[in-house]
This record gives sequence, structure tokens and C-alpha cells, in this order.
Amino acid sequence: MSYQLKINGTSHELDVPADMPLLWVLRDELGLIGTKYGCGKGICGACTVHVNGTAQRSCQLRVGSIGQAKIQTIEHVGRTAIGARLQQAWLKIDVMQCGYCQAGQIMSACALLGQTAQPSDDQINSAMAGNICRCGCYNRIRSAIRIAAGLEEETDRVA
Amino acid sequence: MSHESPVTGVDRRTVLKASLLAGGGLALEALIPLPARALEAAQGKLAEPAELSAFVSISPDGTVTIVSKNPEIGQGVKTSLPMMVADELDCDWSQVRIVQADVDARRYGEQSAGGSTATPKNWLPMRQTGAAARALLVQAAALRWQVDAGELTTSRGRIHHAATGRSLGYGEVASAAATLVPPDPGSVRLKEPAQFTIIGRPMVGVDSARIVRGEAVFGADTRLPGMLYAVYEVAPAHGGRLVKADIEAAKHAPGVKHVLPIFGNGDADTGLADGVAIVASNWWLANEARSRLAIDWDLSAAKGHSSAVYRAKADAVIAAGAGADLRLDGDPAAKLASCARRIAARYDYPFIAHAPMEPQNCTARYSDGRLEIWAPSQTPQQGLEALHKALGIPPDAVRLHLRRAGGGFGRRLMNDYMIQAAAIARAVPGVPVQLMWSREDDIRRDYYRPGGWHSFEAGVGVNGELIAFTDHFVTFGDGKTPARGAAFNSAMPPAGLIAHLRYSQSMLPTVVTTGALRAPGSNALCFVSQSFLDEVAAAAGTDLPQLMLTLLGGRREIPAPDDRPAFDTGRAREVIETVVRTSSWAHKPPQAARAKGFAFYFSHRGYFAEVVEASVSSGEVTVHKVWVAADVGSQIINPLGAENQVRGAVIDGLAQALTGQAIEFVDGVVQQSNLDDFPLARIPMTPEIDIAWVRSDKPPTGLGEPALPPVIPALTNAIFAATGQRVRSLPVRLASA
Repeated sequence: MSYQLKINGTSHELDVPADMPLLWVLRDELGLIGTKYGCGKGICGACTVHVNGTAQRSCQLRVGSIGQAKIQTIEHVGRTAIGARLQQAWLKIDVMQCGYCQAGQIMSACALLGQTAQPSDDQINSAMAGNICRCGCYNRIRSAIRIAAGLEEETDRVA
Repeated sequence: MSHESPVTGVDRRTVLKASLLAGGGLALEALIPLPARALEAAQGKLAEPAELSAFVSISPDGTVTIVSKNPEIGQGVKTSLPMMVADELDCDWSQVRIVQADVDARRYGEQSAGGSTATPKNWLPMRQTGAAARALLVQAAALRWQVDAGELTTSRGRIHHAATGRSLGYGEVASAAATLVPPDPGSVRLKEPAQFTIIGRPMVGVDSARIVRGEAVFGADTRLPGMLYAVYEVAPAHGGRLVKADIEAAKHAPGVKHVLPIFGNGDADTGLADGVAIVASNWWLANEARSRLAIDWDLSAAKGHSSAVYRAKADAVIAAGAGADLRLDGDPAAKLASCARRIAARYDYPFIAHAPMEPQNCTARYSDGRLEIWAPSQTPQQGLEALHKALGIPPDAVRLHLRRAGGGFGRRLMNDYMIQAAAIARAVPGVPVQLMWSREDDIRRDYYRPGGWHSFEAGVGVNGELIAFTDHFVTFGDGKTPARGAAFNSAMPPAGLIAHLRYSQSMLPTVVTTGALRAPGSNALCFVSQSFLDEVAAAAGTDLPQLMLTLLGGRREIPAPDDRPAFDTGRAREVIETVVRTSSWAHKPPQAARAKGFAFYFSHRGYFAEVVEASVSSGEVTVHKVWVAADVGSQIINPLGAENQVRGAVIDGLAQALTGQAIEFVDGVVQQSNLDDFPLARIPMTPEIDIAWVRSDKPPTGLGEPALPPVIPALTNAIFAATGQRVRSLPVRLASA
């Protein structure tokens, strides 16, 4: 089937089966490898992208169901104000260990701050609960979101 | 900067080679001995000396390029090892560029990630390489200015002559330095810790900026022109063999280019497992086509290899007697019989998977008898040997590029996916193929941390003193040798601390592949032994920190019965006393069903004491805070990375206990399949984690592993203190009363 997808502000022409998940369009058809495969079942959040600004698991999103929705991935999220602040905060306290899940973490965090500019710790826990970090960088993920939201100085608790 | 006397311990002549960089500048190759020899010599043992080659190059614009030789799996060595070089070179960290080395034992010596060994093995050689490069640059400047090198100082990549006020950058003399004979790195002066400008400072990981932008850094991100994607269908049960495969339907699935039945070499453990490869234009299409395969497997070898059968066999083995002695001190049987109080308990833990976030993958291209590989492996050099053994491809016909790994945890110590990728690539010459496992493949074909059973007994005297201690360990193995990752540690406390002790072992055969999981051995042995000692402490009318301090006694070194490092009771005391203080151990939480638990362990040269504060409500455990006291020597290399390793290990241990992790088998078929039925930690369960570094005067050691073991018994001991329920089996399952 032929599809035209709007990804990161660009229109992409594709000829793939309707049930191919967006994740594999991004990675293997378009070379946008920043979005990661972790579980293929929407359990781990490594493949999180934005669909019209909301965080969605691209491994669960069939290409035939996307239509005219605007897709944004980690490669492009730094061009938004919130995305750039999150990337800077991530680097300031060096959130990551292996780093494999962090694209998905940042995409979920970005959607959270887009909805709730200054989230409580409970709101952070709830919004980020779908993103697994096997290395256990959760203390710093919380801190980085708080730093990006202006709730915490980076020197407060590099946790 | 001035220099004090050289650090001793390197006893072989080092070879340094300076040469001109293409386009000008200095390239320094250093063939220098690993310090393992010195490190082990201090403990009365001699390790085989080895050599490594590190590269430091300085271009005319002052850019310092340092080769990172070891695999980066999230433990931070790609940042921390170059920090050691750069500090002694006395350059500015912002001048430094890091390049990941390909695999080449002749140039780089050992390249591996495992056992928390990178820091202790590289602490001296990396610094000596940097110091030698600095000395060479200073010598070149002295020649240019016609002054004595001793009159020159360095700072932040510049050389100064105070007497004349002259100064120049490293890049300005780099080409001149390339013509000089480098100094002997064994005799170059190293900095005093107070002079460090990079070591000990919080440094952001060298790949972090690319990671947050989603740029290609991981194995699975490898993209080559014309590359195809592959999956590898293996038998549903461990030990299964391929009989025949009907591949017609799969061949006609969308996007599928090749379907390849592959008969392995009969060694699914370290060689090539039987399977059917599907190669397609898109990984998802390859994976989808698996459902069209019709394969006959011979699963007879796995019959009876079920978790329930293993449990029943372990029960029978424990009932039958004490097994084969691993260690017998004094006369524990007689002492137990005469003790005022005897305590006995059985403990067990399940098989668990590694489940790194990046599923196993490897990219390979085979043409004209040569193989090129891009792999996220913890042991790439062993991968080369395995390729030779399984496929007959000699190491000198292979070029192996190391890719950053999305987590290791010991899983990528094994190179099964590398052998599979090579076998598939060889079947489609000239075409680059990326093999990636599905998450289901990863969960069902791990080298699991093996389960185990322990039958403990302890005898306590009238004054509450521990007199005798026994443990009968039922593990997996062939009867002579334990399976990979299934070995006991005969130095496990209280061994060496009491006079009457017996450790014994029995083995059950298994067809399941097992292996090392982060803090192998210790991750399970610490849980059982520190939990049981908590029971002993309660029976003796004391608590576990006090019991441990009493057992440890005065400061001394206890040699290990095998080739492990000696145990320093003074360092153990320090971390225990520290965490008792930082956690306000004596202060009990006022809330009902909320309490603290403690545990201590020594593994991978690190001394760790940890306290967990937890509460239990309706059978649900909440961890409120964890305190860690750690002694990994005199110097934390990169505090940002070090704290991350400790917090990550703590969360890893909590997940093993609390999320329900267990791999179970029915006739060799793994019953779990993905991260829903093999859950990992998530952010809501993450407690605050307080870390106290205890700085001893010992050389720095590694941090990937030793923080993990104590957190599990500290948690289960807290659960007991909070509820009176003793957790003797993992994962934690509490009555929801």
C-alpha cells in the first residue's frame, strides 16, 4: 500500500503493508534510528514518538491508521522549546547509563511538559511509568524533568 | 603542576612509540603492562602479565584524541578510562575527542566489559600513558626553548616557562615531540591525587549528547548500503534440534528475500544453535514471516527439564544429605549438636533473565572469505574465538567493530547472536545482514542466572555468639563442574570469621543455558546468606550490623580459599559503621509496618553495606529510601558515572526482588516471553538513594556490580522487621493479610 506520512515536518512517500507498525517504517524504511525497539508490545516505551503532540508507542501504531497525523521523533524534538530544554537538562546531570531507552524517555517527558508545565512528582511518576530504563536511571530522569520544568536547580540534587 | 615520586608496581619495561600524525602532530602508541600483576601481587598471587596498547594523539590545533579500547555497555568506561589518560596528560577535557577502538588484541590487549575490572586493570596504565605523552611534549618544548625540562610546568594543555614568561600549547610542539624518543612510562611521575583536574570531577558521558538527539550509536543502529534484516527462529525448548523445515510459505511472505535452515554445530551453548533464518527488507517483515514457517524440532533432550521437577529434585537432594564438601573448617556437626540454640532455614531463588533494553543483535557482511562484523559485545575477543570454533572462520579473516551496547548486565558476555549473524551473512555473500532478536527471543534464549537452593543451619552459644554455620547448596551442573554462573563462593561470610563451618554442594543437570548476571554468584549468595544471618542475629538477641561487626573483629586481611581477592575486615567494618550512621539505623520509623533492614557484602573488590527502609501494606511493598556505604578505594574516577552505577544496581536488585522476576520452564520451554511477564523496575517504585563513599587508601576498583548484592537482603530483612514475615524465596510474594 502507498502512504504519505508527515514526519518531522517532511512528507514521506512509502509503499509498505498497512499493518506495518510506524516503528519499523521509521527505522528500516526511513533510517530514523533514534526511535528504538524494546518489546514490540507497547510495554517498555523505548519506541515513544509524538502523534499530534501526544506520546504514543510507535510499535503499536499501524501505518494504515496514521492518516494525516503529524509525527515527531527524537531526531526533531530538539527543535521545540520543551524538547531542547529536556535535552539540555538530560545532559546537565548526565541522566543516562547505556542510553538505549532515553529517546523514549525524553519523548514521554516532552509530552508531559507540553500538557503540564510544572508537574508534581506523582504526575512525573504517572506520565513516565510506561518507559522502562533497565539501567535504573529513574532518580535522574525525575530530576531532569524537574530541571527542564524550572522546578529544580541542576545543582540541587544530582540524583 | 609539579610531580611527586612515581607510583611503583609496574615491573616490566614498557615500550612507547612516537610518530608523526598524518597532517602533523604527535601519535603515541604505548605497549605497557597491565597492572593486574601488581594488583594481584599485593594479595600474594601473580596474575599473568599482559600488554595493552593505548593511543593518544595530539594534532597541531591542540586537539587530543584518545582511543577507548573497551566495550561501552552503559558502565561509563568510554568516558572514565580516557579521563585517566587526559588528567595525567594535563590537558583540558574540552580538548579531548574519544574514538572507539575496533577489536584488535595485538594493539589493545584485553578488550572486555565484565567483572567490574576496567578500573582496577587500567588505573595505572592509562595514567602512565598520559603522563608519558605529557613528558614527551615537555621535552620537545624544552628543546625548542633551550631550557631544562625541569623548569617547565604544564596546565590545561599548555606548557609554561615561568622564568621567561613563555608559554605554548601542546599542539605547537606535537610534531616536534613525534621525533623524540619517548620516556619509559614505568618511570614517569604520576600526579598526586590533589593535583587531579579531571579524575574525580563529574564528567558527562562522551556519547550522551548524541544519545539525547537520537543519533546512531548502538549496535542495532548500524545501517549499511544494501543491508537486509534477519530473524533467527530457534527450537521452542532449550536443547532442541532442527529435524526439517518447510520454508516455502515464508519465502513468499512480503519483503522476504531468503529463508535459510541452518544446522548448527551441536553446541547451542557456546557455538551455533540450529535454526531457520529469515532475511527480509525490513525487520518487522522478517519477524512476521516466522508464523509461516513449519518446522519439525527434536525436543527430546528437554523432556523433564521443568521448574517443578527441578524443585522436587532439590528437595530430595537436600533430604538425602549434605552433598560434597566445598569447605570444611573445624567440626561444625559436633558444635551444632552442642550449641545452646540451633537455627535452620531453607532459601531459594529462581532463574532470571538479563533483559537488556537493546535486544541481542549483530550486523555482519561476508565476502571473499572475509567477515566484517558490527557488534555490541562485552567479550568481542572471545567472539572471534567462538566464530572460529563454530564456523571455521579464522580471527585474522574477521574485522570486528565494537558498537555501544544498550545494556549488558552479563548477557553480552556470550556471543551466540554474533555467531548466528555470521552464519547468516555467510549464506548470502556480499550482502550486509543485521540479525536482531525479538524481545521474545531474548527472554527465551538467555544465559539465565541459574536458580538455586540453600539449606542453612547455625548454632549460637549461651552468650549469643555464632559458633557453627553450615550451608548445603543445590545448584546446576554436570556433577563435576557447576554450570556457568552457578558456582558457590567458599569465602562467603561467615567463612573465615568463625572456626566451625561447612559449605557443601550438590548439582542437578540442566539443558538450559546459564550464565553470569551482574554480580554473578553474589547476587544470589548475598540474599541467602545475609538473610539467614539476620535470622541468626535475631535468635542471638542482636541485630545484623552488630552481629557482622562482632564476627569481623579487628582489622586484618583474610585470604580467599580460591583466586578471589583477600577480604579486608577493616574496610568491611568502615562501610558497616558508616551506613549505620548515615541511615540512623538505631532510629526505628514510627509508622506501623515500616522498618529498616541491613545487609553487607564484599564482591568484585568492593565493600558495600546497605540499609533499606520499606513498608508493607496489603502484601504490597513500598521502598522509601536506600542508604549505601561503599568502599571502592581511594578515588572515584567520575562521580556522575559512579553514582549512576550504584543507583542502577540498587534499582536492579529491588526489581529482582519486587517485580516478580522469575523464568520458569516446562520441558525446557520458557514460560515467560516479554517484559509483561518478566517485569523490570519502573519509575514509581524508585526510592531516594543516599550514597556515602568511604575513601580507603587502596587503589580504585570497579562499580558495575558490587552495589547490587546487599540491597536484596537489606530489603527482605526490612520486610521481616516490618511484618514478621521472613522472605526465604525470591521473588518476594507476601500474604496480603
